[in-house]
Amino acid sequence: MSFFTSFDPSVIAPSLPFLWSGLLFTLKLTLFAMSGGIVLGTLLALARLSSIGPLSLAATWYVNLMRSIPLLMVILWFFLVIPLITGKPLGAENSALITFTLFEAAYYSEIMRAGIQSVPRGQAWAGQALGMNYRQIMAHIVLPQAFRNMLPVLLTQTIILFQDTSLVYAIGAKDLLKAAEIAGKNYNRPVEMYLFVALIYFVICFALSRLVKRLQARIAIIR
Amino acid sequence: MIEIRNVSKWYGQFQVLTDCSTSIRKGEVVVVCGPSGSGKSTLIKCVNALEPFQQGEITVDGISVGARGTNLPKLRAHVGMVFQHFELFPHLSIADNLTIGQTKVLGRSRDEATERGLKLLDRVGLKSQAAKFPGQLSGGQQQRVAIARALAMDPICMLFDEPTSALDPEMINEVLDVMVELATEGMTMMVVTHEMGFARKVAHRVIFMDQGRIVEDAGKEAFFGTPRSERAQLFLSKILSH
Repeated sequence: MSFFTSFDPSVIAPSLPFLWSGLLFTLKLTLFAMSGGIVLGTLLALARLSSIGPLSLAATWYVNLMRSIPLLMVILWFFLVIPLITGKPLGAENSALITFTLFEAAYYSEIMRAGIQSVPRGQAWAGQALGMNYRQIMAHIVLPQAFRNMLPVLLTQTIILFQDTSLVYAIGAKDLLKAAEIAGKNYNRPVEMYLFVALIYFVICFALSRLVKRLQARIAIIR
Repeated sequence: MIEIRNVSKWYGQFQVLTDCSTSIRKGEVVVVCGPSGSGKSTLIKCVNALEPFQQGEITVDGISVGARGTNLPKLRAHVGMVFQHFELFPHLSIADNLTIGQTKVLGRSRDEATERGLKLLDRVGLKSQAAKFPGQLSGGQQQRVAIARALAMDPICMLFDEPTSALDPEMINEVLDVMVELATEGMTMMVVTHEMGFARKVAHRVIFMDQGRIVEDAGKEAFFGTPRSERAQLFLSKILSH
């Protein structure tokens, strides 16, 4: 019995509600880690660029540490170690939400750092000359421009994040991939299920990368 | 209004300002000129502490700029500054460029700030451009907006750091016209520029700098008549010869 003759896509339709619930968690995890990661990453970037030595050093260490450990290990460690410290289990899904936010913050912070440095020094001077303080200059002048300049790169990182969320299957959180695995076992049709979710991952990532392309063109015009 | 006493500044080992002293009275217009690299832009940036200096003292309206306890944002809010490259905020409309300092720093209401901003925009002849973004304006227009933005803060004095150096020749006059008008109204101005026509027209005094030192600090007539230093004579002959 060859692969092609036994291929049976009819098992996909009844699994759709189940796969949908998995996709919802994948999207929730992506959006949560993206927004939390960008906020935390921006603070880390400001800390790294700060003239306060210890603050800058701590942020640098955090970023370098996170970027030097495989994501899968961070996910597993966090899932296993936190309950040992706090004494109660966090649950796979909460654990995933927190881990991804902390991990992605390191990557987003490097993007925001480059973005902040892409804003000419004269812009901060102009803000200072108007009497603005550091917080006002960052909030109203530097960060909006940094964010705009880096929007395509931030989105690209989010596409990577979206794909990486599939690693949470290792701790049993029910994301799209995990849902496909379960559904595949139910019907004894893993190949069809994995192929179908691969298609979903592809369609979403491809659409997002087209969006990145369009944004890049638009930002080039604004400049 | 502005007192500069024995100011020296170093970038690492390199001394950019050496023992600079001068003062600018209320209502006085002082032009600072000199060859590039002479420290004139650095000196003017020291006045509102955009650049720190290591020795000497600068006071603006009696407040020491370099002192530790000085509330610099508060001081700068009343010292207008215009930059060589305009430095309008590209992500904000012209109207927002004019109001952001007023609302965030001076605490004015949005309506009040907009009214003041538009009035000044009208004054520099650009009222119709309020909804546009800086990138849609010519260099000369952008610099006029930058002047209006500084004026919107009701400054007690204005600093101009080579305001026309980045402009195409045909746009220089529209900016100088605004500055001349400001000068004739009695605004205290410190202007780093090579525009000797402007200096002749409205300056009270001219300061000539070379290699980080104030070489000549004289009334306009004395400066253009018989500059004492050889270096200033040479500089003048070079930029006035054509």
